[in-house]
Amino acid sequence: MSATPEVLLSARGLTKRFGGLAAVNGVDLDLWCDRIHAVIGPNGAGKSTLTNLLSGDIEPTAGRVAIGGIDTTHKSPEAKSQLGLGRSYQKTNIFTSFTVWDNVRLAAQSRRRLASWNVAQWFTSADSQAATNESCERAIELAGLTPRARAIAATISHGEQRQLEIAMTLATEPQVLLLDEPLAGMGQAEAERMVELLLKLKKGHAMCLVEHDMDAVFALADQLTVMVNGQVIASGTPGDVRSDAAVQAAYLGEEHQ
Amino acid sequence: MSASSKVPLERLPHGVRITLLVGGLALAAVPVVPMEGRDFYLQMLTQMMILAIFAMSLDLLQGVTGLVSLGHAAYFGLAGYALAFLTPANAPASLWWSLPAAALVAALAALVIGFFVVRTHGIYFIMVTMAFAQMVFFLFFDNKSLGGSDGSYVNFKPDATIAGWGGIDLENKTTFFYLTLALLVGVYLFLRRLLFSPFGRALAGIRANEHRMRALGYGTYGYKLTAFTLAGGLAGVAGYLWAAQTGYVNPELMGFHMSAHAIMMVILGGMGNFAGAIVGAFAFEYMLHLFKDMTKHWQLLMGSFILLVVIFAPRGLLGLLVRKKEEAHERNS
Repeated sequence: MSATPEVLLSARGLTKRFGGLAAVNGVDLDLWCDRIHAVIGPNGAGKSTLTNLLSGDIEPTAGRVAIGGIDTTHKSPEAKSQLGLGRSYQKTNIFTSFTVWDNVRLAAQSRRRLASWNVAQWFTSADSQAATNESCERAIELAGLTPRARAIAATISHGEQRQLEIAMTLATEPQVLLLDEPLAGMGQAEAERMVELLLKLKKGHAMCLVEHDMDAVFALADQLTVMVNGQVIASGTPGDVRSDAAVQAAYLGEEHQ
Repeated sequence: MSASSKVPLERLPHGVRITLLVGGLALAAVPVVPMEGRDFYLQMLTQMMILAIFAMSLDLLQGVTGLVSLGHAAYFGLAGYALAFLTPANAPASLWWSLPAAALVAALAALVIGFFVVRTHGIYFIMVTMAFAQMVFFLFFDNKSLGGSDGSYVNFKPDATIAGWGGIDLENKTTFFYLTLALLVGVYLFLRRLLFSPFGRALAGIRANEHRMRALGYGTYGYKLTAFTLAGGLAGVAGYLWAAQTGYVNPELMGFHMSAHAIMMVILGGMGNFAGAIVGAFAFEYMLHLFKDMTKHWQLLMGSFILLVVIFAPRGLLGLLVRKKEEAHERNS
Protein backbone atom coordinates (compact mmCIF):
# COMPACT_ATOMS: atom_id res chain seq x y z
CA MET A 1 0.00 0.00 0.00
CA SER A 2 1.37 3.40 -0.96
CA ALA A 3 1.95 6.08 1.63
CA THR A 4 -0.95 8.24 0.47
CA PRO A 5 -3.61 5.96 -0.92
CA GLU A 6 -5.86 7.59 -3.44
CA VAL A 7 -9.61 7.96 -2.98
CA LEU A 8 -11.14 6.97 -6.31
CA LEU A 9 -14.77 7.16 -5.29
CA SER A 10 -16.32 9.14 -2.53
CA ALA A 11 -19.94 9.45 -1.46
CA ARG A 12 -21.25 11.99 1.02
CA GLY A 13 -24.65 12.06 2.67
CA LEU A 14 -26.07 9.72 0.08
CA THR A 15 -29.82 9.35 0.58
CA LYS A 16 -32.55 7.64 -1.39
CA ARG A 17 -36.17 7.86 -0.34
CA PHE A 18 -38.91 5.74 -1.85
CA GLY A 19 -41.98 7.60 -0.61
CA GLY A 20 -41.66 7.66 3.18
CA LEU A 21 -39.01 4.95 3.29
CA ALA A 22 -35.37 6.00 3.38
CA ALA A 23 -33.75 2.96 1.75
CA VAL A 24 -30.38 4.65 2.05
CA ASN A 25 -30.00 7.41 4.58
CA GLY A 26 -27.03 9.76 4.80
CA VAL A 27 -24.34 7.26 3.84
CA ASP A 28 -20.69 8.36 3.58
CA LEU A 29 -18.36 6.00 1.79
CA ASP A 30 -14.82 6.18 0.41
CA LEU A 31 -13.21 3.69 -1.92
CA TRP A 32 -9.42 3.69 -1.95
CA CYS A 33 -7.19 2.41 -4.68
CA ASP A 34 -5.66 -1.01 -3.85
CA ARG A 35 -8.21 -1.61 -1.11
CA ILE A 36 -11.33 -3.69 -0.79
CA HIS A 37 -14.18 -2.01 1.03
CA ALA A 38 -16.85 -4.49 2.00
CA VAL A 39 -20.42 -3.46 2.75
CA ILE A 40 -22.44 -5.88 4.82
CA GLY A 41 -25.79 -5.82 6.49
CA PRO A 42 -28.97 -7.84 6.85
CA ASN A 43 -31.45 -8.19 3.97
CA GLY A 44 -33.20 -4.91 3.30
CA ALA A 45 -30.39 -2.85 4.82
CA GLY A 46 -30.05 -0.86 1.58
CA LYS A 47 -26.84 -2.39 0.24
CA SER A 48 -28.13 -2.95 -3.28
CA THR A 49 -29.78 0.49 -3.35
CA LEU A 50 -26.43 1.95 -2.30
CA THR A 51 -24.71 0.11 -5.16
CA ASN A 52 -27.32 1.39 -7.60
CA LEU A 53 -26.83 4.93 -6.32
CA LEU A 54 -23.07 4.70 -6.72
CA SER A 55 -23.35 3.26 -10.24
CA GLY A 56 -25.96 5.76 -11.41
CA ASP A 57 -28.65 3.16 -12.02
CA ILE A 58 -30.86 5.24 -9.74
CA GLU A 59 -30.58 8.91 -8.76
CA PRO A 60 -30.13 9.91 -5.14
CA THR A 61 -32.69 12.05 -3.33
CA ALA A 62 -29.82 13.87 -1.62
CA GLY A 63 -26.06 13.66 -1.27
CA ARG A 64 -23.15 13.58 -3.69
CA VAL A 65 -20.98 11.01 -5.45
CA ALA A 66 -17.59 11.81 -6.98
CA ILE A 67 -15.42 9.54 -9.08
CA GLY A 68 -11.75 10.51 -9.24
CA GLY A 69 -12.64 13.97 -7.94
CA ILE A 70 -15.32 14.58 -10.60
CA ASP A 71 -18.85 15.11 -9.33
CA THR A 72 -20.99 12.37 -10.86
CA THR A 73 -24.11 12.64 -8.70
CA HIS A 74 -26.46 13.20 -11.61
CA LYS A 75 -24.47 11.51 -14.33
CA SER A 76 -25.93 8.58 -16.30
CA PRO A 77 -24.66 5.01 -15.82
CA GLU A 78 -22.92 5.18 -19.21
CA ALA A 79 -21.11 8.38 -18.27
CA LYS A 80 -19.99 6.85 -14.98
CA SER A 81 -18.80 3.77 -16.79
CA GLN A 82 -16.71 5.91 -19.11
CA LEU A 83 -15.24 7.68 -16.05
CA GLY A 84 -13.88 4.35 -14.86
CA LEU A 85 -16.62 2.79 -12.80
CA GLY A 86 -17.47 -0.84 -13.42
CA ARG A 87 -20.20 -2.77 -11.67
CA SER A 88 -21.50 -6.29 -11.52
CA TYR A 89 -25.05 -7.19 -10.63
CA GLN A 90 -26.50 -9.25 -7.83
CA LYS A 91 -28.95 -10.85 -10.23
CA THR A 92 -26.89 -12.05 -13.15
CA ASN A 93 -27.24 -9.45 -15.88
CA ILE A 94 -25.64 -10.71 -19.07
CA PHE A 95 -26.55 -11.09 -22.74
CA THR A 96 -27.87 -14.63 -22.43
CA SER A 97 -28.28 -15.28 -26.15
CA PHE A 98 -24.67 -14.28 -26.95
CA THR A 99 -21.60 -16.42 -26.51
CA VAL A 100 -19.32 -15.76 -23.54
CA TRP A 101 -16.84 -14.22 -25.96
CA ASP A 102 -19.43 -11.88 -27.52
CA ASN A 103 -20.60 -10.77 -24.07
CA VAL A 104 -17.11 -9.74 -23.06
CA ARG A 105 -16.19 -8.44 -26.51
CA LEU A 106 -19.13 -6.04 -26.38
CA ALA A 107 -17.98 -4.86 -22.96
CA ALA A 108 -14.45 -4.32 -24.27
CA GLN A 109 -15.75 -2.52 -27.37
CA SER A 110 -17.30 0.16 -25.17
CA ARG A 111 -13.80 1.49 -24.43
CA ARG A 112 -13.31 2.47 -28.06
CA ARG A 113 -15.89 5.19 -27.46
CA LEU A 114 -17.12 4.92 -31.03
CA ALA A 115 -19.81 7.36 -32.03
CA SER A 116 -22.86 5.53 -33.36
CA TRP A 117 -23.06 7.97 -36.30
CA ASN A 118 -19.42 7.39 -37.24
CA VAL A 119 -20.17 6.02 -40.70
CA ALA A 120 -16.68 4.59 -41.20
CA GLN A 121 -17.17 2.12 -38.32
CA TRP A 122 -20.35 0.76 -39.97
CA PHE A 123 -18.15 -0.83 -42.59
CA THR A 124 -15.65 -2.43 -40.22
CA SER A 125 -15.99 -5.88 -38.73
CA ALA A 126 -16.51 -6.02 -34.98
CA ASP A 127 -14.65 -9.33 -34.83
CA SER A 128 -11.41 -7.98 -36.25
CA GLN A 129 -10.63 -5.16 -33.82
CA ALA A 130 -7.26 -6.21 -32.41
CA ALA A 131 -7.26 -4.02 -29.28
CA THR A 132 -10.82 -5.02 -28.37
CA ASN A 133 -10.07 -8.70 -28.90
CA GLU A 134 -6.95 -8.54 -26.75
CA SER A 135 -8.75 -6.80 -23.93
CA CYS A 136 -11.59 -9.31 -24.23
CA GLU A 137 -9.23 -12.26 -24.12
CA ARG A 138 -7.43 -10.86 -21.08
CA ALA A 139 -10.68 -10.36 -19.15
CA ILE A 140 -11.93 -13.85 -20.01
CA GLU A 141 -8.66 -15.40 -18.95
CA LEU A 142 -8.54 -13.43 -15.70
CA ALA A 143 -12.06 -14.60 -14.86
CA GLY A 144 -11.05 -18.18 -15.68
CA LEU A 145 -13.51 -18.63 -18.52
CA THR A 146 -11.13 -19.31 -21.40
CA PRO A 147 -12.33 -22.90 -21.97
CA ARG A 148 -15.94 -21.68 -22.09
CA ALA A 149 -15.41 -18.70 -24.40
CA ARG A 150 -17.46 -20.15 -27.28
CA ALA A 151 -20.39 -21.35 -25.16
CA ILE A 152 -23.74 -19.54 -25.26
CA ALA A 153 -24.03 -17.58 -22.01
CA ALA A 154 -27.47 -19.04 -21.23
CA THR A 155 -26.03 -22.57 -21.23
CA ILE A 156 -23.12 -22.15 -18.80
CA SER A 157 -23.42 -22.87 -15.08
CA HIS A 158 -24.58 -20.31 -12.57
CA GLY A 159 -21.08 -19.96 -11.16
CA GLU A 160 -19.67 -19.44 -14.62
CA GLN A 161 -22.29 -16.77 -15.28
CA ARG A 162 -21.08 -14.99 -12.16
CA GLN A 163 -17.52 -15.20 -13.52
CA LEU A 164 -18.79 -13.85 -16.83
CA GLU A 165 -20.40 -10.96 -15.01
CA ILE A 166 -16.95 -10.12 -13.55
CA ALA A 167 -15.20 -10.61 -16.90
CA MET A 168 -17.57 -8.13 -18.56
CA THR A 169 -16.98 -5.61 -15.82
CA LEU A 170 -13.20 -6.05 -16.12
CA ALA A 171 -13.28 -5.68 -19.90
CA THR A 172 -14.42 -2.09 -19.44
CA GLU A 173 -11.07 -1.48 -17.70
CA PRO A 174 -12.55 0.18 -14.62
CA GLN A 175 -10.59 1.75 -11.78
CA VAL A 176 -13.51 1.47 -9.40
CA LEU A 177 -15.23 -1.90 -9.06
CA LEU A 178 -18.67 -2.24 -7.51
CA LEU A 179 -19.40 -5.89 -7.00
CA ASP A 180 -22.87 -6.76 -5.80
CA GLU A 181 -22.74 -10.22 -4.20
CA PRO A 182 -20.30 -11.81 -6.63
CA LEU A 183 -20.37 -15.07 -4.63
CA ALA A 184 -24.17 -15.42 -4.53
CA GLY A 185 -25.26 -18.95 -5.31
CA MET A 186 -21.75 -20.25 -5.88
CA GLY A 187 -20.48 -23.62 -4.76
CA GLN A 188 -17.54 -23.95 -2.38
CA ALA A 189 -14.88 -24.45 -5.05
CA GLU A 190 -16.26 -21.70 -7.27
CA ALA A 191 -16.43 -19.30 -4.33
CA GLU A 192 -12.81 -20.00 -3.42
CA ARG A 193 -11.71 -19.31 -6.98
CA MET A 194 -13.67 -16.04 -6.96
CA VAL A 195 -12.09 -14.94 -3.66
CA GLU A 196 -8.69 -15.63 -5.21
CA LEU A 197 -9.63 -13.57 -8.26
CA LEU A 198 -10.84 -10.64 -6.15
CA LEU A 199 -7.58 -10.65 -4.21
CA LYS A 200 -5.73 -10.55 -7.50
CA LEU A 201 -7.85 -7.58 -8.63
CA LYS A 202 -7.23 -5.62 -5.45
CA LYS A 203 -4.03 -4.15 -6.84
CA GLY A 204 -4.87 -1.25 -9.12
CA HIS A 205 -8.56 -1.11 -8.28
CA ALA A 206 -10.73 0.56 -5.70
CA MET A 207 -13.25 -2.12 -4.88
CA CYS A 208 -16.60 -2.04 -3.15
CA LEU A 209 -17.80 -5.49 -2.26
CA VAL A 210 -21.36 -6.13 -1.17
CA GLU A 211 -21.41 -9.68 0.12
CA HIS A 212 -23.28 -12.03 2.44
CA ASP A 213 -20.56 -14.65 2.72
CA MET A 214 -18.83 -13.61 5.98
CA ASP A 215 -15.83 -15.89 5.49
CA ALA A 216 -15.13 -14.21 2.17
CA VAL A 217 -15.72 -10.74 3.59
CA PHE A 218 -13.27 -11.22 6.44
CA ALA A 219 -10.76 -12.84 4.10
CA LEU A 220 -10.89 -9.94 1.66
CA ALA A 221 -11.92 -6.70 3.28
CA ASP A 222 -9.51 -3.92 4.25
CA GLN A 223 -12.40 -1.70 5.22
CA LEU A 224 -15.78 -2.79 6.46
CA THR A 225 -19.03 -0.85 6.55
CA VAL A 226 -22.10 -2.24 8.24
CA MET A 227 -25.52 -1.03 7.19
CA VAL A 228 -28.83 -1.51 8.97
CA ASN A 229 -32.10 0.08 7.86
CA GLY A 230 -30.38 2.27 5.32
CA GLN A 231 -27.86 3.70 7.76
CA VAL A 232 -24.22 3.03 8.46
CA ILE A 233 -23.93 1.76 12.02
CA ALA A 234 -20.21 1.05 11.91
CA SER A 235 -17.28 1.54 9.58
CA GLY A 236 -13.61 0.76 9.98
CA THR A 237 -11.14 -2.10 9.79
CA PRO A 238 -12.68 -5.59 10.02
CA GLY A 239 -11.13 -6.01 13.48
CA ASP A 240 -12.71 -2.81 14.82
CA VAL A 241 -16.08 -3.61 13.32
CA ARG A 242 -16.08 -7.15 14.63
CA SER A 243 -15.68 -5.90 18.20
CA ASP A 244 -18.27 -3.13 17.82
CA ALA A 245 -21.10 -3.70 20.26
CA ALA A 246 -23.79 -2.21 18.04
CA VAL A 247 -22.76 -4.43 15.15
CA GLN A 248 -22.78 -7.54 17.29
CA ALA A 249 -26.24 -6.76 18.54
CA ALA A 250 -27.71 -5.74 15.21
CA TYR A 251 -26.11 -8.07 12.81
CA LEU A 252 -23.21 -10.39 13.44
CA GLY A 253 -24.73 -11.72 16.61
CA GLU A 254 -27.99 -12.90 15.15
CA GLU A 255 -26.41 -14.16 11.94
CA HIS A 256 -23.65 -16.05 13.65
CA GLN A 257 -25.61 -17.84 16.38
CA MET B 1 -33.37 -26.19 -30.29
CA SER B 2 -36.06 -24.68 -28.08
CA ALA B 3 -33.59 -22.14 -26.71
CA SER B 4 -32.25 -21.22 -30.13
CA SER B 5 -35.73 -20.67 -31.58
CA LYS B 6 -36.08 -17.59 -29.39
CA VAL B 7 -32.82 -16.11 -30.57
CA PRO B 8 -32.89 -14.23 -33.86
CA LEU B 9 -30.96 -15.91 -36.58
CA GLU B 10 -28.03 -13.66 -37.42
CA ARG B 11 -25.42 -15.76 -39.12
CA LEU B 12 -26.94 -17.53 -42.09
CA PRO B 13 -25.96 -21.17 -42.61
CA HIS B 14 -24.15 -22.00 -45.81
CA GLY B 15 -27.15 -23.76 -47.32
CA VAL B 16 -29.39 -20.75 -46.77
CA ARG B 17 -26.88 -18.45 -48.42
CA ILE B 18 -26.69 -20.70 -51.47
CA THR B 19 -30.50 -20.81 -51.61
CA LEU B 20 -30.65 -17.01 -51.43
CA LEU B 21 -28.03 -16.64 -54.13
CA VAL B 22 -29.87 -19.05 -56.43
CA GLY B 23 -33.11 -17.20 -55.73
CA GLY B 24 -31.43 -13.88 -56.51
CA LEU B 25 -30.00 -15.18 -59.77
CA ALA B 26 -33.38 -16.62 -60.76
CA LEU B 27 -34.93 -13.24 -60.03
CA ALA B 28 -32.31 -11.50 -62.15
CA ALA B 29 -33.05 -13.91 -65.01
CA VAL B 30 -36.80 -13.25 -65.08
CA PRO B 31 -36.71 -10.33 -67.55
CA VAL B 32 -34.73 -12.45 -70.03
CA VAL B 33 -37.28 -15.28 -70.07
CA PRO B 34 -39.92 -14.87 -72.77
CA MET B 35 -43.36 -15.29 -71.27
CA GLU B 36 -46.98 -14.32 -71.45
CA GLY B 37 -47.83 -11.14 -69.47
CA ARG B 38 -44.19 -10.29 -68.98
CA ASP B 39 -44.77 -6.62 -68.12
CA PHE B 40 -47.29 -7.52 -65.45
CA TYR B 41 -44.91 -9.92 -63.73
CA LEU B 42 -41.97 -7.54 -63.99
CA GLN B 43 -44.01 -4.83 -62.38
CA MET B 44 -45.19 -7.16 -59.63
CA LEU B 45 -41.67 -8.40 -58.89
CA THR B 46 -40.34 -4.85 -58.89
CA GLN B 47 -42.98 -3.92 -56.35
CA MET B 48 -42.02 -6.93 -54.21
CA MET B 49 -38.37 -5.86 -54.30
CA ILE B 50 -39.30 -2.32 -53.27
CA LEU B 51 -41.28 -3.67 -50.33
CA ALA B 52 -38.36 -5.96 -49.49
CA ILE B 53 -36.12 -2.88 -49.14
CA PHE B 54 -38.79 -1.30 -46.95
CA ALA B 55 -39.06 -4.45 -44.81
CA MET B 56 -35.26 -4.64 -44.41
CA SER B 57 -35.18 -1.04 -43.21
CA LEU B 58 -37.75 -1.90 -40.55
CA ASP B 59 -35.86 -5.05 -39.60
CA LEU B 60 -32.92 -2.88 -38.55
CA LEU B 61 -35.21 -1.53 -35.83
CA GLN B 62 -37.50 -4.47 -35.17
CA GLY B 63 -35.24 -7.50 -35.50
CA VAL B 64 -31.81 -6.06 -34.76
CA THR B 65 -32.41 -3.34 -32.16
CA GLY B 66 -35.67 -4.67 -30.72
CA LEU B 67 -37.64 -1.49 -31.48
CA VAL B 68 -41.07 -2.28 -32.93
CA SER B 69 -42.10 0.80 -34.90
CA LEU B 70 -45.73 0.98 -35.89
CA GLY B 71 -45.14 4.12 -37.90
CA HIS B 72 -42.38 3.18 -40.29
CA ALA B 73 -44.49 3.91 -43.38
CA ALA B 74 -44.25 7.64 -42.59
CA TYR B 75 -40.67 7.69 -43.89
CA PHE B 76 -41.55 5.50 -46.86
CA GLY B 77 -44.35 7.88 -47.83
CA LEU B 78 -42.42 11.08 -47.16
CA ALA B 79 -39.70 10.08 -49.63
CA GLY B 80 -42.37 9.29 -52.22
CA TYR B 81 -43.87 12.74 -51.72
CA ALA B 82 -40.39 14.22 -51.89
CA LEU B 83 -40.00 12.80 -55.39
CA ALA B 84 -43.45 14.09 -56.38
CA PHE B 85 -42.61 17.62 -55.22
CA LEU B 86 -39.02 17.57 -56.50
CA THR B 87 -40.15 16.63 -59.99
CA PRO B 88 -40.70 19.80 -62.05
CA ALA B 89 -44.04 20.22 -63.87
CA ASN B 90 -42.59 19.76 -67.34
CA ALA B 91 -39.37 17.80 -66.95
CA PRO B 92 -38.07 14.79 -65.04
CA ALA B 93 -35.86 15.13 -61.95
CA SER B 94 -32.45 13.50 -62.14
CA LEU B 95 -32.29 10.18 -60.31
CA TRP B 96 -28.77 11.00 -59.11
CA TRP B 97 -29.76 13.85 -56.88
CA SER B 98 -33.47 13.24 -56.28
CA LEU B 99 -32.96 9.77 -54.80
CA PRO B 100 -30.40 10.93 -52.21
CA ALA B 101 -32.53 14.01 -51.55
CA ALA B 102 -35.68 11.94 -50.96
CA ALA B 103 -33.80 9.52 -48.69
CA LEU B 104 -32.40 12.51 -46.80
CA VAL B 105 -35.88 13.98 -46.33
CA ALA B 106 -37.03 10.65 -44.86
CA ALA B 107 -33.92 10.39 -42.66
CA LEU B 108 -34.36 13.95 -41.37
CA ALA B 109 -37.99 13.28 -40.50
CA ALA B 110 -36.87 10.11 -38.70
CA LEU B 111 -34.19 12.07 -36.85
CA VAL B 112 -36.69 14.66 -35.63
CA ILE B 113 -39.38 12.13 -34.70
CA GLY B 114 -36.76 9.74 -33.34
CA PHE B 115 -35.50 12.46 -31.03
CA PHE B 116 -38.82 12.16 -29.17
CA VAL B 117 -39.81 8.51 -29.61
CA VAL B 118 -36.50 6.77 -28.97
CA ARG B 119 -36.55 7.72 -25.30
CA THR B 120 -39.68 5.60 -24.78
CA HIS B 121 -39.68 1.84 -24.29
CA GLY B 122 -41.82 -1.19 -25.12
CA ILE B 123 -45.49 -0.57 -25.69
CA TYR B 124 -44.98 3.20 -25.39
CA PHE B 125 -42.52 3.16 -28.24
CA ILE B 126 -45.05 1.31 -30.41
CA MET B 127 -47.80 3.79 -29.58
CA VAL B 128 -45.69 6.92 -29.99
CA THR B 129 -44.25 5.85 -33.35
CA MET B 130 -47.81 5.20 -34.51
CA ALA B 131 -48.99 8.57 -33.20
CA PHE B 132 -46.28 10.46 -35.07
CA ALA B 133 -46.99 8.53 -38.27
CA GLN B 134 -50.68 9.39 -37.96
CA MET B 135 -49.74 13.06 -37.57
CA VAL B 136 -47.71 12.89 -40.78
CA PHE B 137 -50.56 11.02 -42.48
CA PHE B 138 -53.16 13.64 -41.58
CA LEU B 139 -50.80 16.50 -42.38
CA PHE B 140 -50.87 15.30 -45.98
CA PHE B 141 -54.44 13.98 -45.94
CA ASP B 142 -55.94 17.29 -44.78
CA ASN B 143 -53.74 19.70 -46.71
CA LYS B 144 -54.88 20.51 -50.24
CA SER B 145 -51.51 22.11 -50.95
CA LEU B 146 -49.82 18.79 -50.14
CA GLY B 147 -52.13 16.87 -52.43
CA GLY B 148 -54.84 16.16 -49.87
CA SER B 149 -56.59 12.82 -49.64
CA ASP B 150 -56.29 12.25 -53.41
CA GLY B 151 -52.53 12.44 -53.37
CA SER B 152 -50.34 13.77 -56.08
CA TYR B 153 -48.83 12.70 -59.40
CA VAL B 154 -45.16 12.17 -60.10
CA ASN B 155 -45.20 13.87 -63.47
CA PHE B 156 -42.15 12.15 -64.91
CA LYS B 157 -40.13 9.10 -64.04
CA PRO B 158 -36.69 10.17 -62.80
CA ASP B 159 -34.05 10.68 -65.45
CA ALA B 160 -30.89 8.61 -65.05
CA THR B 161 -28.74 10.20 -67.75
CA ILE B 162 -25.05 10.10 -66.80
CA ALA B 163 -22.92 12.76 -68.51
CA GLY B 164 -25.08 12.72 -71.60
CA TRP B 165 -25.34 8.90 -71.74
CA GLY B 166 -28.98 7.86 -71.60
CA GLY B 167 -28.44 4.10 -71.31
CA ILE B 168 -30.54 3.84 -68.17
CA ASP B 169 -34.11 4.60 -69.19
CA LEU B 170 -36.44 4.19 -66.22
CA GLU B 171 -39.52 4.35 -68.48
CA ASN B 172 -38.36 0.91 -69.54
CA LYS B 173 -39.81 -1.68 -67.13
CA THR B 174 -36.81 -3.99 -67.48
CA THR B 175 -34.39 -1.19 -66.67
CA PHE B 176 -36.46 -0.15 -63.67
CA PHE B 177 -36.52 -3.79 -62.54
CA TYR B 178 -32.74 -4.00 -62.63
CA LEU B 179 -32.28 -0.64 -60.90
CA THR B 180 -34.53 -1.87 -58.09
CA LEU B 181 -32.70 -5.20 -57.94
CA ALA B 182 -29.35 -3.41 -57.73
CA LEU B 183 -30.62 -1.24 -54.87
CA LEU B 184 -32.09 -4.29 -53.12
CA VAL B 185 -28.76 -6.13 -53.29
CA GLY B 186 -26.87 -2.97 -52.30
CA VAL B 187 -29.06 -2.28 -49.26
CA TYR B 188 -28.90 -5.96 -48.24
CA LEU B 189 -25.10 -6.13 -48.43
CA PHE B 190 -24.79 -2.82 -46.60
CA LEU B 191 -27.08 -3.95 -43.79
CA ARG B 192 -25.34 -7.34 -43.48
CA ARG B 193 -22.03 -5.52 -43.16
CA LEU B 194 -23.57 -3.15 -40.63
CA LEU B 195 -25.00 -6.04 -38.59
CA PHE B 196 -21.53 -7.38 -37.77
CA SER B 197 -19.85 -3.99 -37.36
CA PRO B 198 -19.23 -2.55 -33.88
CA PHE B 199 -22.38 -0.45 -34.39
CA GLY B 200 -24.48 -3.49 -35.33
CA ARG B 201 -23.18 -5.48 -32.35
CA ALA B 202 -24.09 -2.62 -30.04
CA LEU B 203 -27.62 -2.56 -31.50
CA ALA B 204 -27.91 -6.31 -30.89
CA GLY B 205 -26.73 -5.69 -27.33
CA ILE B 206 -29.46 -3.10 -26.87
CA ARG B 207 -32.07 -5.60 -28.06
CA ALA B 208 -30.75 -8.26 -25.68
CA ASN B 209 -30.27 -6.08 -22.59
CA GLU B 210 -30.30 -2.28 -22.86
CA HIS B 211 -29.82 -1.77 -19.14
CA ARG B 212 -26.58 -3.72 -19.17
CA MET B 213 -25.40 -1.85 -22.25
CA ARG B 214 -25.68 1.43 -20.35
CA ALA B 215 -23.79 0.00 -17.38
CA LEU B 216 -21.07 -1.01 -19.85
CA GLY B 217 -20.76 2.61 -20.93
CA TYR B 218 -22.88 2.73 -24.09
CA GLY B 219 -25.00 5.80 -24.71
CA THR B 220 -27.91 3.70 -25.91
CA TYR B 221 -30.07 6.72 -26.75
CA GLY B 222 -27.61 7.85 -29.41
CA TYR B 223 -27.35 4.34 -30.84
CA LYS B 224 -31.11 3.98 -31.06
CA LEU B 225 -31.54 7.41 -32.60
CA THR B 226 -28.89 6.66 -35.22
CA ALA B 227 -30.56 3.34 -36.06
CA PHE B 228 -33.96 5.04 -36.25
CA THR B 229 -32.62 7.72 -38.59
CA LEU B 230 -30.82 5.23 -40.79
CA ALA B 231 -33.88 2.99 -40.97
CA GLY B 232 -35.96 6.03 -41.94
CA GLY B 233 -33.53 6.91 -44.72
CA LEU B 234 -33.56 3.38 -46.12
CA ALA B 235 -37.35 3.28 -45.96
CA GLY B 236 -37.09 6.48 -47.97
CA VAL B 237 -35.13 4.70 -50.71
CA ALA B 238 -38.00 2.22 -50.98
CA GLY B 239 -40.65 4.94 -50.90
CA TYR B 240 -38.88 6.85 -53.64
CA LEU B 241 -38.80 3.76 -55.86
CA TRP B 242 -42.47 3.10 -55.16
CA ALA B 243 -43.44 6.63 -56.21
CA ALA B 244 -41.20 6.43 -59.28
CA GLN B 245 -42.69 3.10 -60.30
CA THR B 246 -46.37 3.93 -59.82
CA GLY B 247 -46.05 7.61 -60.80
CA TYR B 248 -48.41 8.49 -58.01
CA VAL B 249 -48.35 9.14 -54.27
CA ASN B 250 -51.18 9.32 -51.76
CA PRO B 251 -51.45 9.43 -47.97
CA GLU B 252 -52.08 5.67 -47.83
CA LEU B 253 -48.36 5.19 -48.47
CA MET B 254 -47.66 6.49 -44.97
CA GLY B 255 -50.77 5.00 -43.45
CA PHE B 256 -51.24 2.53 -40.68
CA HIS B 257 -51.78 -0.42 -43.02
CA MET B 258 -48.49 0.13 -44.78
CA SER B 259 -46.65 0.18 -41.43
CA ALA B 260 -48.46 -2.92 -40.21
CA HIS B 261 -47.75 -4.81 -43.44
CA ALA B 262 -44.05 -4.14 -43.04
CA ILE B 263 -44.11 -5.55 -39.51
CA MET B 264 -45.89 -8.67 -40.77
CA MET B 265 -43.39 -9.10 -43.60
CA VAL B 266 -40.50 -9.02 -41.15
CA ILE B 267 -42.19 -11.47 -38.79
CA LEU B 268 -43.24 -13.72 -41.65
CA GLY B 269 -39.75 -14.02 -43.10
CA GLY B 270 -37.83 -14.05 -39.83
CA MET B 271 -36.30 -11.15 -37.90
CA GLY B 272 -32.83 -9.83 -37.37
CA ASN B 273 -30.96 -10.98 -40.47
CA PHE B 274 -32.44 -8.92 -43.37
CA ALA B 275 -32.63 -12.03 -45.58
CA GLY B 276 -35.80 -12.96 -43.70
CA ALA B 277 -37.27 -9.53 -44.42
CA ILE B 278 -36.74 -10.09 -48.15
CA VAL B 279 -38.28 -13.56 -48.02
CA GLY B 280 -41.13 -12.18 -45.91
CA ALA B 281 -41.86 -9.32 -48.30
CA PHE B 282 -42.03 -11.66 -51.30
CA ALA B 283 -44.10 -14.25 -49.44
CA PHE B 284 -46.48 -11.63 -48.05
CA GLU B 285 -47.09 -10.00 -51.42
CA TYR B 286 -47.44 -13.37 -53.15
CA MET B 287 -50.01 -14.58 -50.63
CA LEU B 288 -51.77 -11.23 -50.88
CA HIS B 289 -52.22 -11.66 -54.65
CA LEU B 290 -53.22 -15.29 -54.20
CA PHE B 291 -55.82 -14.63 -51.51
CA LYS B 292 -57.20 -11.54 -53.26
CA ASP B 293 -57.84 -13.64 -56.37
CA MET B 294 -59.60 -16.27 -54.28
CA THR B 295 -61.96 -14.19 -52.20
CA LYS B 296 -62.80 -10.65 -51.18
CA HIS B 297 -62.39 -11.81 -47.59
CA TRP B 298 -58.68 -12.23 -48.20
CA GLN B 299 -57.76 -10.66 -44.87
CA LEU B 300 -59.20 -13.66 -43.07
CA LEU B 301 -56.94 -16.00 -45.03
CA MET B 302 -53.95 -13.72 -44.64
CA GLY B 303 -54.48 -13.53 -40.89
CA SER B 304 -54.73 -17.30 -40.60
CA PHE B 305 -51.62 -17.76 -42.71
CA ILE B 306 -49.58 -15.43 -40.53
CA LEU B 307 -50.92 -17.08 -37.38
CA LEU B 308 -49.83 -20.47 -38.66
CA VAL B 309 -46.35 -19.21 -39.47
CA VAL B 310 -45.99 -17.58 -36.05
CA ILE B 311 -47.11 -20.78 -34.30
CA PHE B 312 -45.18 -23.32 -36.35
CA ALA B 313 -42.22 -21.24 -37.45
CA PRO B 314 -41.40 -18.78 -34.66
CA ARG B 315 -38.25 -17.73 -36.51
CA GLY B 316 -40.19 -17.14 -39.70
CA LEU B 317 -40.04 -18.82 -43.08
CA LEU B 318 -36.28 -18.47 -43.24
CA GLY B 319 -36.01 -20.01 -39.78
CA LEU B 320 -38.12 -22.90 -41.03
CA LEU B 321 -35.69 -23.42 -43.87
CA VAL B 322 -32.79 -23.41 -41.43
CA ARG B 323 -34.56 -25.91 -39.18
CA LYS B 324 -35.11 -28.30 -42.08
CA LYS B 325 -31.42 -28.07 -42.89
CA GLU B 326 -30.43 -28.58 -39.26
CA GLU B 327 -32.67 -31.65 -39.03
CA ALA B 328 -31.24 -33.06 -42.24
CA HIS B 329 -27.79 -32.40 -40.89
CA GLU B 330 -28.60 -34.21 -37.64
CA ARG B 331 -29.96 -37.20 -39.56
CA ASN B 332 -26.81 -37.40 -41.63
CA SER B 333 -24.40 -37.20 -38.75
